[in-house]
Amino acid sequence: MHRAPDLGSVPGRDAGPALVPNVAIEFSDVWKRLGRKEVLRGVTLSVGRGESLVIIGRSGSGKSVLLKHAIGLMEPDRGIVRVNGFDVTKLADRELFELREGMGMLFQAGALFDSMTIGENVGLALREHTPLPEVQIEIVVAEKLALVGLTGTESQRPSALSGGMKKRAALARALAMNPKIMLYDEPTTGLDPITADVVNRLIRQLQQRLKIASIAVTHDMRSAYHIADRIAMLHEGRIHAIGTPAEIQATRDPIVRQFIEGSSEGPLQPT
Amino acid sequence: MNEAVRPTLAERWPARSILSALADTGEVFLLLGQIVRELPFALRKFGLVVNQMAAIGIGSIPLTLIVALFTGAVTAVQAAYQMKDYVPMVYLGTVIGKSVVIELGPVLTAIVVGGRVGASVAAELGTMRVTEQVDAMETMGISPIRYLVVPRFIAATLMLPVLTIFADVVAIFGSYLVAISTLDITPHTFTSGLKMYFKMQDVFSGVLKAFFFGQIIATMGCYYGLKSEGGAEGVGLATTKAVVASCVLILVVDYLLASFLFRVLFA
Repeated sequence: MHRAPDLGSVPGRDAGPALVPNVAIEFSDVWKRLGRKEVLRGVTLSVGRGESLVIIGRSGSGKSVLLKHAIGLMEPDRGIVRVNGFDVTKLADRELFELREGMGMLFQAGALFDSMTIGENVGLALREHTPLPEVQIEIVVAEKLALVGLTGTESQRPSALSGGMKKRAALARALAMNPKIMLYDEPTTGLDPITADVVNRLIRQLQQRLKIASIAVTHDMRSAYHIADRIAMLHEGRIHAIGTPAEIQATRDPIVRQFIEGSSEGPLQPT
Repeated sequence: MNEAVRPTLAERWPARSILSALADTGEVFLLLGQIVRELPFALRKFGLVVNQMAAIGIGSIPLTLIVALFTGAVTAVQAAYQMKDYVPMVYLGTVIGKSVVIELGPVLTAIVVGGRVGASVAAELGTMRVTEQVDAMETMGISPIRYLVVPRFIAATLMLPVLTIFADVVAIFGSYLVAISTLDITPHTFTSGLKMYFKMQDVFSGVLKAFFFGQIIATMGCYYGLKSEGGAEGVGLATTKAVVASCVLILVVDYLLASFLFRVLFA
């Protein structure tokens, strides 16, 4: 394991293409204040194409905030966020929406549209962004639902599904446009261990089969070891440590050790 | 007091309230700018507009008509009481017709629909905001302004004038019923008065007001709904703010439009 890498000097603030073609997402010295709290204090991190990065950290450490920066739902106070080489803070609304068509995000509670059926949820992006005929859209929706083990749920409402099914339906929706980048916010939180394992396997399969670059934010270390190529720990607004799952498991850093062991004794005080 | 935790000028009341009101005003105008930009795209999704027209317009008909019926009835009773011994009863229809068409129809309809629709829009969009459905929509490359706000804006703008016309007719009918059944006025006297000083511009001014009131209701509902934060409490607060802001703005804009219409345009 090594300390958070220094990506070197920050390139000029333009929305031009990536200097590093193998980098899918890049955070350079990202700062963000929410209210009176400095949530991110100079985060520098990059995710390669086809790589699965897991961000761990305590509640309120800014993990979800960092994730929202990657898809332009939040703007940094300072620093640069590049996706596929484009500075998301420099993009016009329309360009940002176009960039997002190649990305998918799984929200913690699924965030399914409760006024629509599951089929309409999964097919919404296809109806909005592609000229596909309705028959073709229905085929794609069925494929995506089958991929997450929810065959035949097209006509059901989100309220009729369990928490695990909602999460999988939301995953199917996020995958509808065949994204090259996926963001997962607490993908296994609130799921029973068996459903959590199903979701973990799905995420891993997607990354291996489709070469999707992904960032997952989680507290669940079992999930992190399962899906990560690299694990980064966010602590006090900065990347405190980063390494492969094996390196993280073997680390002697007291903060990382206390967190991955889930101990209340150590340098991290209960909040 | 510790220097580090001392509130800044912007955090002190009343500076905080003034800054917050200014920020809200600026944000509402920004939202209106976004709505105008997205109008042509939303018209391509007219199905969404039709759904909202049904929810906002058809859904509000029963409430609007009941309020209009009793508004007309009470107007007849009170006008007759005030005119008694001073003004010939032939003018009862004139007074009722003008007050309903110019003022009571559009304003009371807007206040009632504002309460119903403004609350419903703010609660729906607020719930979508706090459950991250709006964020999810954005991550799918779909503009919430185009998909959620503009259809509601167009629907409210089109449906408020229609509801107002219905309300005008029912309110006048309510006053007619009361006049001929309890005030000892003949149908002919009432309808003669109604027609006596009837001007089409009075109807136009009422419908024009309703057009703007619809925009106010939709804009306030969408603005406070999308600005919700913090869960159920935040959605409740947004709903209250949307209704209060709609009602206040309806009355303020009513005055401004009345001044323009009757002091400038029709003067």
